[in-house]
Amino acid sequence: MNIVVCVKQVPDTEAPIRITPDGSGIDETGLTLVMNYYDEHATEAGLRLREQFGGTVTLVSVGPERAREALRTGLAMGADDAVLVSDPALNGADHLGIARVLAAVIKTLPHDAVICGKLSTDDNAATIGAALAEYLGLPQATAVAHLEVDAAGTGAVVHREVEGGVEVVAVPFPALLTVERSLNEPRYPSLPGIMKAKRKEIKILTLENLGLTAAEVGVAAARTALVRLSPPPARKAGRIVEGDTEQAVAAILAFLKDEAKVL
Amino acid sequence: MDFQLTDEHRMIQATVREFATREILPRAAALDHSPTFPAEIIQKAAALGLMGMMVPERFGGAGVDAVSYVLVQEELARASAGVQTIITVNNSLVCDPIAHFGTEEQKRRYLPRLCSGASLGCYCLTEPAYGSDAMSLQTSARRDGGEWVLRGTKIFVTNGVEADICIAYARAGPEPGARGISAFIVEKRFPGISVGKVEKKLGIKCSSTAEIVLDDCRVPASNLLGEPGTGGKIALSTLDGGRLGIAAQAVGIARAALEEATAYAASRQQFGRSIGEFQAIQWMLADMATRTDAARLLMLRAAYLRQQGTRYTREASMAKLFASETAMWTTHKAIQIFGGYGYNQDYPVERYFRDAKITEIYEGTSEVQRLVIARHVLGKNVIGDS
Repeated sequence: MNIVVCVKQVPDTEAPIRITPDGSGIDETGLTLVMNYYDEHATEAGLRLREQFGGTVTLVSVGPERAREALRTGLAMGADDAVLVSDPALNGADHLGIARVLAAVIKTLPHDAVICGKLSTDDNAATIGAALAEYLGLPQATAVAHLEVDAAGTGAVVHREVEGGVEVVAVPFPALLTVERSLNEPRYPSLPGIMKAKRKEIKILTLENLGLTAAEVGVAAARTALVRLSPPPARKAGRIVEGDTEQAVAAILAFLKDEAKVL
Repeated sequence: MDFQLTDEHRMIQATVREFATREILPRAAALDHSPTFPAEIIQKAAALGLMGMMVPERFGGAGVDAVSYVLVQEELARASAGVQTIITVNNSLVCDPIAHFGTEEQKRRYLPRLCSGASLGCYCLTEPAYGSDAMSLQTSARRDGGEWVLRGTKIFVTNGVEADICIAYARAGPEPGARGISAFIVEKRFPGISVGKVEKKLGIKCSSTAEIVLDDCRVPASNLLGEPGTGGKIALSTLDGGRLGIAAQAVGIARAALEEATAYAASRQQFGRSIGEFQAIQWMLADMATRTDAARLLMLRAAYLRQQGTRYTREASMAKLFASETAMWTTHKAIQIFGGYGYNQDYPVERYFRDAKITEIYEGTSEVQRLVIARHVLGKNVIGDS
């Protein structure tokens, strides 16, 4: 089974984020960048399918050259190959543009399953997987929290976490899946894996290599534009309720009823 | 001069930091309060490739360099010095001598299982009457047909209870001192070897420390490690590597103490401000940070020399000496910063303090390290050593 996993490099969610003074982006000075956590789960899902059915796991990413580090993490986890599309003409591309680039790469690769994280923790759009499925003409199941592939590897039955319950969906392969973090527990890269990953070549492609132009997928083709980033408002200081237990409980109950309106 | 770690070093460090923080740190206090061998953690560590880090890949090891090794040991010890002890002994004192001095057959038989976590190793050098004076050890080995017969008692054996593969030193020839000593790979399933008294310790409690009794233990001749009479050389060269692991352990403990004390100093309010605003606390933290960094630099220099293939006995001793005394000093200061809270078991600093003490003692006391360093400073003739 040949599996393609889409990977994005994002700021570590624990790192403090500073926005550039003009609000156009994130100040990357000293910022720790990691593989998007959801993509770790996607990579793990791919590796488990390979362990079950044989085949290969190929990682694909679109981003600046530094995104190579996120791919290196996936290779150290055990992926076979990695491709990075890096082209300055993609600055300002929107999600649909990125999905078209990913589709162009994946069309050149054998793929029985394409797996993406449900969303990336930096911009929370959850768009790429669905758009990519359309561009590839594949059936899709998003937000997969449980994955069961039939013994012949011809399709999967998946559980999707939906409002108030679970939706069970069957998809024939080849298909595109986006995965929840509850799907699995990603493995740590092993030390031998890190040493092997060091020796693997990460193929870097430009738009030209893919037969695409900036006019088709770059900022000129973008249907959305980033207007401004702003930091969340500072959290208000907490309130400490003084007094003996009886008074304090009454005060907290009053707060929960009248102000927070949760009771 | 380049102080930068390579990309691989940083990736290995980050991976093991995450592993130690998620898998070891949350259990460290419990492993200290009710000591049990952390079998599950050791299996997970083995899956990461941490049990035979410098063993070549073809024997099941991770094949990483000595700098990676000390970086990983620091991360493990920062989470739990007890867990790290178990791992560093398997690496430095068991895998390393087999990888360096073993025959192809010995490497093939023992290294894959020591690296995979299927087996655990221990190192039997110290005897009741021979600690710092290890080269006078009296355990005997006599040849009997195709076997060696070992007789004697080894003490303070880390992993002694759980280990199934032991590196044991015994006197196989009439020559006095180091030249009469040979090294053996002894399996616990061989007849005549047993575990004696198990020690109750001040710190590193989840690692076992046991007496190993060799009562006419029969060891196949093919399990002699290295040439007869080279055991002293093997023991000392192995301890150079072992001391790197202990230096890294001490750096990890010192860093843990510094991290906890820094966080506490920022949050603890007295006299209407955080105690970190008082110069008395700032100076302690500044000295803790400086000494910890200095210890880490000595550790990295010794590891760098090792991977260059240069003799690093002096540098390993300096790193071990300075790092262990730094761990002791830093954990002592951390308790002072915590005040009364530091003295009780709700906070980890008293554990760091207890764990730190062993680093000044095992794999050569601070006095032995100074002796080794002084020999290099003065030259052997001045000391009058053989």
